[in-house]
Amino acid sequence: MGIRWGSIWQALGKRPLARHGLLAVIVAAAVLVLSYQVSAYTNYEVAGVAVFATAAAGLTVLTGVNGQISLGHGALMAVGAYTTSLLLEWQTNLPIVLVMAASVAAAAAAGLLFGVAASRLRGPYLAGVTLALALALPQLALHFASIFRGEQGIPVTPPSVPGWLGASFSGEQWLAWVSVAAALVTMVLLANLLRSWVGRSLRAVRDDEVAAVLAGIHVGRTQVMAFVISSACAGLGGSLFAYWLGLTAPGGFSVTLSLQLLIAIVIGGMGSLVGAVWGAIFLILLPDLTGSLATAFNLPSSIGNNLPLAIFGAVLVLAMLAFPRGVQGGLTSLGGFGRSHWRQRRTRRESG
Amino acid sequence: MKPTKTLKWVGLAGLTAVLAAGSATVSAASGTAGNRASAPGITSNSITIGSTQPLTGLAAPGYDEIAPASKAYFEYVNAHGGVFGRKIKYDYLDDGYNPSQTPPLTRQLVLQDNVFGIFSALGTPTHLSVVSYLNAEKVPDLFVSSGCNCWNNVAKDPWTFGWQPDYTIEGKILGQYVKQHLSGEQVGYFYQDDEFGIDGVKGLDNQLSASSVVSRQNYVTTNINIGAQIAALQAAGAKVVVLFSVPAFTALALLTAATLNYHPTWVVSNVGSDPKTLGGLLSSFSKGAAGGALVAGMISDAYLPVVSDSSNGWIKLFKGIVQKYAPSLPWDGNVLYGVSQAYTLVQALKAAGRNPTRASVVKILETRKLTGGPGLVPFGFSKKDHLGYQGVEVVKTGADGVTQTPLTSIYVTGNQGKITVYKGKATKPGSSGVPSN
Repeated sequence: MGIRWGSIWQALGKRPLARHGLLAVIVAAAVLVLSYQVSAYTNYEVAGVAVFATAAAGLTVLTGVNGQISLGHGALMAVGAYTTSLLLEWQTNLPIVLVMAASVAAAAAAGLLFGVAASRLRGPYLAGVTLALALALPQLALHFASIFRGEQGIPVTPPSVPGWLGASFSGEQWLAWVSVAAALVTMVLLANLLRSWVGRSLRAVRDDEVAAVLAGIHVGRTQVMAFVISSACAGLGGSLFAYWLGLTAPGGFSVTLSLQLLIAIVIGGMGSLVGAVWGAIFLILLPDLTGSLATAFNLPSSIGNNLPLAIFGAVLVLAMLAFPRGVQGGLTSLGGFGRSHWRQRRTRRESG
Repeated sequence: MKPTKTLKWVGLAGLTAVLAAGSATVSAASGTAGNRASAPGITSNSITIGSTQPLTGLAAPGYDEIAPASKAYFEYVNAHGGVFGRKIKYDYLDDGYNPSQTPPLTRQLVLQDNVFGIFSALGTPTHLSVVSYLNAEKVPDLFVSSGCNCWNNVAKDPWTFGWQPDYTIEGKILGQYVKQHLSGEQVGYFYQDDEFGIDGVKGLDNQLSASSVVSRQNYVTTNINIGAQIAALQAAGAKVVVLFSVPAFTALALLTAATLNYHPTWVVSNVGSDPKTLGGLLSSFSKGAAGGALVAGMISDAYLPVVSDSSNGWIKLFKGIVQKYAPSLPWDGNVLYGVSQAYTLVQALKAAGRNPTRASVVKILETRKLTGGPGLVPFGFSKKDHLGYQGVEVVKTGADGVTQTPLTSIYVTGNQGKITVYKGKATKPGSSGVPSN
């Protein structure tokens, strides 16, 4: 039995599209079934994880796979979110797929513009410029308040639940389905892209630019391409974020959001798509946990109010100390340890 | 014994008497017999309500006292028989005054913590982001801590109720004061660039002629550098500056003006004008170089008894409760606000009867006038109107930078229409300190 599974897996290994597709279908089926078992709020949290996973997956391609740091991905999410909100404000009944596609296109265009500038910069200079993007872009919403409604923001109608699901079907569950579907499509596309020549060029440029040039790779073009791919994901994440919040306002796209995405990919495991999911789970669940932890102690409000942030920071530091390669890196090495341990035992048993 | 100490003992004895009397009267009415789990968040012995508040961030100074103050009053009520024997549980979460934090937290309260309703959710931009959600879910959204007239939209948002006078009413009455008592002066505005400030300016413009307003400056809470705006007010020659700002930005404005040697008459709407909060902010922003002295002479408005008036029965009662149930809180306008709001909620819950539902609380607010509370004027609640207090009096902060004294009669008005003098009599709290109806 085990042999047969193995050969199926091997056959799939030669067809990454089929393998990634199958995995996505399994995850989708699991979410579909589980979404009926859990509360509306859990569904809402699952949707939140999918939102952040989508954006973090894009960032991990840029930073982890291509080696370009971005402190400005929150701003690219804002491009997607504002595109979604403005489109829905214009036509409330636009199909959600169309709205998302437009948001992806808008963010990719912004990413193209920015990528051209960014490909000339390295290390801290790139970090600085992307940080400027994160700071400056939301201010546009305040400057052109007649279009973007200033600090107040633009309300977003949640995606309407299709009638065939029945009247008792909650909006949160539908949001979870939509977000998870979008995240899975993103993940499958990215996973296949990373297995192709695109992924190889991205990695080659990250590891050694000179060697990449000698291999015939255009470094600048590859870096711009990485920015565009990554921005497209941020745009989709931003679009989902707008639906998730029900509001698009500059306050939601502060530097903190960009840093949170960076935290997510570092915690999850730089360069790993599954790591992006771990990171997103961390971002959604930790504030909840730290909040209840802080109220568990009876502290003066000046300390208690700020405790969740402090715990968040402490967990981050500890996680980095314990898992320098992130959750996914840690799991992989644990898995590697398990496998080698098992193999050793089997060898011993067979020889003994 | 020093005189202050004596006073303290007298106060304590008085409070004890009040508490004893309270427990004696309510023990008869309490008891949970006949209580059902009549609505989400209500069991036979508890009512859970939720809120989102700025406990951290730019709006936190001062406003972070409001929810703990409400909680102190609920604990007092709980210790005195509760509401039909039910204890009130108050679950408030920190949204940092960030409109993008409020939606997930509100869903947490409604879907996960299963609250009966949202109470005192603070902030115009923050709460606007969840009003449609709460109304779609038919969750009572009671006494929003903001004077935006966006809460008074009965056709679209039948589950949402305001509490404090809306900013347009405040703007009108402050504008009338400026017109009558500071006539001929050049006026400047400094306001928060959202519905809060814009509503206030609407009220001011209703009273002040366009020619008397020489400069209109605004700010956003994400940018604390307001030097340019204050310099523009100074350059325009504004001798009176009217502010619709949160406390941190009132303090920044006063401080920036002082460094520019600019000393206009400050007229500050209620939410940004608590002298004690401002004094603390001024001294912390200036590292002790400035303080309450900058607040002296500030003109403002009030719809609750003056917080420093210790002869007022409400102030005596509420101050005693806060000192007993939340001793770490200062006694200032924000705390008075939180306690008064909590008093109104208990009034509403009691009025809705032994086994309230979400709909019955809304209905009782629309049909029965809640009277006898600490407010100077009545609420405007009706089937057509979800407006809170309908008027204010104008007050002035004394030379000590703390004590406020009323300057005018109490006025009532609406968003439109004339301003009239309120003729009703001042109310006094009952002996138990718990609303009776």
